[in-house]
Amino acid sequence: MKLVIAIIQPHRLEEVKEALYKAEVNLITVSEVFGHGRQGGVTEVYRGFKETGNLLRKIRLEIAVNDSFVDPTIKAITQGARTGEIGDGKIFVLDLEQCVRIRTGEKGSAAIG
Amino acid sequence: MRKRNVWWIAPAMLLLMLSTGVLADEATPAAAPTAKIDTGDTSWVLISSAMVMLMTPGLAFFYGGLVRRKNYLNVLMQCMIILAVLSIQWVVIGYSLSFAPGSKWIGGLQWMMLKGVGLEPYADYSTTIPHQAFMVFQMMFAVITPALIIGAFAERMKFSAFLIFTVLWATFVYDPVAHWVWGMGGILRNLGALDFAGGTVVHINAGIAALVTALVIGKRKSVDKHPIPPHSLPFSVLGAALLWFGWFGFNAGSALGANGIAVNAFVVTHTAAAAAALTWALIDWRIHGAPTMLGTISGAVGGLVAITPAAGFVGVGSAIIIGVMVSVFCFLAVSWLKPRFGYDDSLDAFGVHGIGGFWGALATGLFASKAINPAGADGLFFGNPKQFVIQLAASLVTVVYAFIITLILYKVVDLFIGVRVSDKEEAMGLDVTQHNERAYTALE
Repeated sequence: MKLVIAIIQPHRLEEVKEALYKAEVNLITVSEVFGHGRQGGVTEVYRGFKETGNLLRKIRLEIAVNDSFVDPTIKAITQGARTGEIGDGKIFVLDLEQCVRIRTGEKGSAAIG
Repeated sequence: MRKRNVWWIAPAMLLLMLSTGVLADEATPAAAPTAKIDTGDTSWVLISSAMVMLMTPGLAFFYGGLVRRKNYLNVLMQCMIILAVLSIQWVVIGYSLSFAPGSKWIGGLQWMMLKGVGLEPYADYSTTIPHQAFMVFQMMFAVITPALIIGAFAERMKFSAFLIFTVLWATFVYDPVAHWVWGMGGILRNLGALDFAGGTVVHINAGIAALVTALVIGKRKSVDKHPIPPHSLPFSVLGAALLWFGWFGFNAGSALGANGIAVNAFVVTHTAAAAAALTWALIDWRIHGAPTMLGTISGAVGGLVAITPAAGFVGVGSAIIIGVMVSVFCFLAVSWLKPRFGYDDSLDAFGVHGIGGFWGALATGLFASKAINPAGADGLFFGNPKQFVIQLAASLVTVVYAFIITLILYKVVDLFIGVRVSDKEEAMGLDVTQHNERAYTALE
């Protein structure tokens, strides 16, 4: 079992979701986060004062998957989120120790899908 | 991201407008007074003008709450810049084109820069208020009408293109149609069409322009995949409340005096809005299982739209029927007609203002009564079927004209600078991409 965490551009969320559904990855958690990587934030202007280096809005996806789904998940996220510009985001894959479905008490692989 | 530099558009347009009119800018005594200024009438028209002015920011919040938060400022900005730019257009040339003596199709140019529009009454329009009071009251109508169209193309129009389109639309669609209906010698006025406060000029006109722009600009990108929910309905409720309040100025102010007709307009305006708000809530309850806030305010605005042409000519019983029916028609338009025809009228500018305005214009021909206003006419239900035919004809003429000219203006703007933002800008939102600002800060 792995936990896939991806940070993507908000305006690519629709495409990523679509790609994930096509890869039959249907269970995701999405949250709105703030941060920046190499591109260093946006510039906004208020009454003539420029504010640079503001944190950017990003979307964080968390997806718990069984091992056979790791590659398709990574592929789908990459395909949906990539624009080729700086700021497209990152994908992290972590080992997942345990997973429990609260409703039934199922554990492990059976609880993920 | 590369942006096309179009900062010069605003000053260039201002200069263009000024250069056509600045030479005429000199104080001139008004036309010979034929009547005496009434202080009560003048006060009421000035207050009404201020109330109608407040409707444009009200509309901004009404529409702003309905868009996604990434486009909130863009909608507010569109409304506020219209308030600025069209107020200038109006004193420079718009008022003259609409109301100066001219042909039956368009006013003359002799009142550019308000030359000759003075502080004495101008008897053709009102005998008891200064001519400039009439002018400034009408200005607020000229401002809000193009703002209504925003609802159709919200969330995907380039700001520069919007600005140019709006000034062109005001000059080539609003001003002529205002002249037809309200201007001395205007073709629809001579025909005997009744439009108390602007059902034809404001709502049918803007509603049809909304339909055209929604059709040609195309759908928002994600609208087919899932419905786009309003980002903040409380703002829309605030906006609807401001519209409702301002509408007393819009309709009762259109009596151009503090008199019985103004009171009648005030009462029926409120009654129709209430009936329509209640009706839409009940329709929602019945069909979707719960009375919704959005449905209730949509109904209220629809009721206000529909009673607008009729306000000075009908009584409360008719107002209730007009209000109930407008919610039925508008509900059908937005939940049945729109999905079937597949146009993306984002905030239902056509569905509410076009349909509601059309119903209001026809309803005036059904319910108008000389018992309410001897200066008006009787409608179909009061023994005069001819009035209904006149209302229908006047509405259809406006529909056809607004449809064709709006389409041409849109295509011209699209040809020169392109109307729609790029897919990426649309996805990122118009606040950041068009204005370098955001409605809501990130963390703090």
